[in-house]
Amino acid sequence: MNFLIRGAHVVDPASKLDGVMDIQVQNGKIVKIAKTLEAQGAEVIEGKGQHLFPGFIDLHTHFREPGFEAKETIQTGAMAALKGGYVASVSMPNTDPPCDQQSVVDNILRKAREVGYHIFPSGTISKGRLGKELTEMADLKRAGIVAVTDDGDWVADSLLMRRAMEYASMLGLIVMSHCEDRRLSAKGVMNEGLSSTKLGLRGIPPASEEIAVARDIELARYTGARLHVCHVSTARSVELIRRAKSEGIPVTTEVTPHNLTLTDEELEGYNTNCKMYPPLRTEEDVKVIRKALKDGTIDCISTDHAPHTQEEKMAQFDEAPFGTIGLETALGVVLTTLYHEEKWTLKEIVRMMSTRPAEILGIQSDFGGVREGMTANLTLVDLERGWTVLPEELRSKSRNSCFMKKQLKGRVAMTFCGGKLWRF
Amino acid sequence: MTMKKWERKDLLGLRDLSAAEIQLILDTAKSFQEVSLRSVKKVPALQGKTIANLFFEPSTRTRISFELAEKRLSADTLHIAAQTSSFVKGETLKDAAKNIEALKVDVIIMRHPSSGAPHRIANYLKANVINAGDGINEHPSQALIDMFTVLEKKKKIKGIRISFIGDILHSRVARSNIWGLTKLGAEVTVCAPKTLLPRDVEKLGVRATTNLQEAVKDADVINLLRIQLERQEESYFPSIREYVTAYQISSEILKKAKPDVLIMHPGPVNRGIEITSEVVDGPYSVILDQVTNGLSVRMAILYLICGASAEPVVKEAA
Repeated sequence: MNFLIRGAHVVDPASKLDGVMDIQVQNGKIVKIAKTLEAQGAEVIEGKGQHLFPGFIDLHTHFREPGFEAKETIQTGAMAALKGGYVASVSMPNTDPPCDQQSVVDNILRKAREVGYHIFPSGTISKGRLGKELTEMADLKRAGIVAVTDDGDWVADSLLMRRAMEYASMLGLIVMSHCEDRRLSAKGVMNEGLSSTKLGLRGIPPASEEIAVARDIELARYTGARLHVCHVSTARSVELIRRAKSEGIPVTTEVTPHNLTLTDEELEGYNTNCKMYPPLRTEEDVKVIRKALKDGTIDCISTDHAPHTQEEKMAQFDEAPFGTIGLETALGVVLTTLYHEEKWTLKEIVRMMSTRPAEILGIQSDFGGVREGMTANLTLVDLERGWTVLPEELRSKSRNSCFMKKQLKGRVAMTFCGGKLWRF
Repeated sequence: MTMKKWERKDLLGLRDLSAAEIQLILDTAKSFQEVSLRSVKKVPALQGKTIANLFFEPSTRTRISFELAEKRLSADTLHIAAQTSSFVKGETLKDAAKNIEALKVDVIIMRHPSSGAPHRIANYLKANVINAGDGINEHPSQALIDMFTVLEKKKKIKGIRISFIGDILHSRVARSNIWGLTKLGAEVTVCAPKTLLPRDVEKLGVRATTNLQEAVKDADVINLLRIQLERQEESYFPSIREYVTAYQISSEILKKAKPDVLIMHPGPVNRGIEITSEVVDGPYSVILDQVTNGLSVRMAILYLICGASAEPVVKEAA
């Protein structure tokens, strides 16, 4: 399809664009960017008053397929992603079967292609995600994975993690780590502190994350592996990562929109949609995390989109599964909080949502930028549009949003993914 | 401070209640005390009301106390031990509660092993919900009984020094007492090994100590919490022997307390563990008074919760 996106304010830190431009898209590629362009028969997309960003990239999406299609499928997850302005995701491997062999990778990639969404799969570190033996990473890499992780189950065995890091780094795979010492989290269901004491819920101490972050940083230092710490949530974890970066250890990290904006006080009323790993932390953690995101210590924002059915979330607090969906609300939350309230620049926001994730994955040739010759992976945004998060408007198959009923300002108008236009 | 009328649909915890609401329950309980002393121990206050006791956790004391309170108020009662009932198996809690409500039950008294369960159920139901213990969160009726007993014996709560000793971390009784007592102006101390003290508990307005001597010294009331033997396996303390050495209440240690100290325990008592038999049966112990007061307090709660539609029988009881 051919389009002319006319008069939108383009913000792309990668190519240092920041101004109103016309953009011509032919056969899915950006062919020309200039002050004024003629339509030449192409469909004109009126972008006046709107902002055009390089399409967002999520480094942490749970598509739940194969195995948990009642929660989400690649099709429904992709729709949620596109509606939220995303053009690509790293899929998490905690499916059933887990993504520990190439047939699963093939299946994910085929389904993503069918929907027209970009998935960069991660494979598991260990067979069956059991933390015992390494997967055939080279084979998985040939099938198309970009990273390895056992996700929800941190590799507690330090020897296995050392080997995983050495092996993965040989193959150029990123090692993603959901840093959490489960033994220390014990039966915890929320952050441990004054709020858990008030609510009478068992706490997860911040140290269960920090211990895991510290170990993985040391192993990354020792092995030279590319470590990506998933969804960092505590002030101390941030300090550990800051120090590691200053020492030149190859570590990157991300934060979720909810850990960036909500605190453990949100659990008043025992709302199971606010039960997630890592748990919502304190005001102080949020403050430190925002500062670290702004100064680049935290590289990017990832959703940790974790769908669960209403039936599962209807269970009592102790029994309900951990996780919140996030693809459709991420931009709204980020714009409402960081742009409208905190007055961060759009350049900063684009960097966190698109530029850095593209760099981390090494896919800058077609993602994370607005440049002539690139595939059109773009997100058109209405910064001022207010909206309320409502269950019936979500494209995800699940409704477990911790932002349900919240008022947000800023919404995706259209998404161009691989040159294809999506309007919702 | 006393208010005239109860306006809350549910009793979920003392955290939500104002000092005036707590006072109203205690005042109402006082007027019910006399009922249990009559030869005919029954008033028609809740005649025609149906109350379901929905227990997802085994309970003897709380269940029989509520049951008797219901009977003395002439309510029709229904008991569901949910861990054995096919009525609830495989259903969500919401479905089970909705089904019970569909039988036109007026009040559901609920005990559940998960904190917050009654709070969430109360949102779905028109029936009144009374929390009879949720996970490690709250056990409001027990705390009200404890407060009523303190009031009865000490004639006031404001300024009373009361120490809780034992597994504070997992105790819903302690948590409800902390909320209630601090609202009424008592000086609360919690005492346990550090492993069994909740994080940031001092921020609830209590003094926390790991030293039994400190907790006992000058206390007007000592409220003991049962030590569950499985906590040892979870390494909360090295052995019962060591716990007993450091935290057991004995006649010896009570010499440091005020001469008219009260010893309370919500039961069931582990004789020889958190407390010596001598103290259980000794002159300071009001443990059985707590049990007796349980009836009046639970009658008061039921009476107030059933609210406007109930017959005004307090005059009869007074």
